[in-house]
Amino acid sequence: MIIKVLGSGCANCKNLERVTREAIAELGIDATIEKVLDYPTIVNYGVMSTPGLVVDEKVVLSGRVPTVAQVRELLAAVKP
Amino acid sequence: MTSVAERLRPGTPTRRWVGLSGAAVIWAVLYQANEPFWTWLIRDVVGMDLAGRAGSAALFFFADTVKIALLLVGIIFVVTVLRSFMSLERTRAMLGGKREGVGNVMAASLGVVTPFCSCSAVPAFIGFVAAGIPIGVTMSFLIASPLVNEIAIGLLFGMFGLGPTLLYVVAGLTVAIVAGWILGRLGVEKWVEPFVFETRLGGQVIDTTAGLTWDDRIQMGVEEVATILRKIWPYLLVGISLGAAIHGWVPTDFFTTYANASNPLGVFVAVLIGVPLYSNAAGVMPLVQSLYGAGLPMGTLLAFMMSVVALSLPEMILLRRVLKPQLIATFAGVVGTGIIAVGYLFNIVLPH
Repeated sequence: MIIKVLGSGCANCKNLERVTREAIAELGIDATIEKVLDYPTIVNYGVMSTPGLVVDEKVVLSGRVPTVAQVRELLAAVKP
Repeated sequence: MTSVAERLRPGTPTRRWVGLSGAAVIWAVLYQANEPFWTWLIRDVVGMDLAGRAGSAALFFFADTVKIALLLVGIIFVVTVLRSFMSLERTRAMLGGKREGVGNVMAASLGVVTPFCSCSAVPAFIGFVAAGIPIGVTMSFLIASPLVNEIAIGLLFGMFGLGPTLLYVVAGLTVAIVAGWILGRLGVEKWVEPFVFETRLGGQVIDTTAGLTWDDRIQMGVEEVATILRKIWPYLLVGISLGAAIHGWVPTDFFTTYANASNPLGVFVAVLIGVPLYSNAAGVMPLVQSLYGAGLPMGTLLAFMMSVVALSLPEMILLRRVLKPQLIATFAGVVGTGIIAVGYLFNIVLPH
């Protein structure tokens, strides 16, 4: 699973990355986290409110920092 | 790690509404009891003279800190919950296909209610322009968003009443509409980095607010209160301490002598001081209230507040990624002129 955190270095982007790492650790899944800092690429995903979360090239969340539990649910929904 | 909001998460809808109503009642009681409580404590228990310097400064400090903190908690919570029904994506859809003029008015109004963090200014700018929204209309949105802030509206109303609040909203919207319209007229497309026009929107735009439950919205409200208070409490204390000091020790005619409404440089100096300062509206409001109490005129103070929130160096540096320096300078010039005009207008309409 490839997870991308969209957003260029704002506090919320770091929070989202931290929350996502915790969720991955709790679920015990094999996933890599990539950070996308580049604005055109972020907008290409259709995301205007950072931070955004992309799981396997699909935007699952944008504009807010969710709780660990919410990320767990989002990831579980995508998990094959 | 569980957040406070997660632990507070109620199990059933009934419990949620009972909890919210309970919180509202407690808030109202605290708000009503605040001033009488401190008056009683400082005058009757500590035995200070409220007409004296130390007594009046102490009363001002404690009563106002608690009052502003309560106002902030209530207003931020309500505003965040209401805002969770709006999103940048919805706003963009509403602005799509709007011409300049009508578009500027709509963009400025939507800028007030759309939840928006200045850290999203760049992707929002690209997203709006990529959707075909004119630059001037986009700028109206970006100017109004920090300038006319619902938290500031709530605080102004709580501290100064309806008149100044309405003037603030109307003046802020006017600055955003006119500044955006002028920027559009100037044909500033050439001062936008070319890659913005080449960016195409992805196919899967998601509405960030879709599927939020009431529990989610309430949780967002609680978290936002915590986030903002954590960020602004130093400003709050400095503003109120200054107010208390002014209250007790600065002669009341000091400011009215040197910074009264008829001082032609007052507003200009206020804006010059405000630009390098960077805070949100909630952070500057206590200072504004202190200075108003000290006799500074409303127009000068509003101009100061607007320049702190609307013209900020960090945001301009961010926008440099998409706008060329010429456009940033024009933007600052047009908005700054608007703010100064508002300040002078208010000083004429509302002399202290």
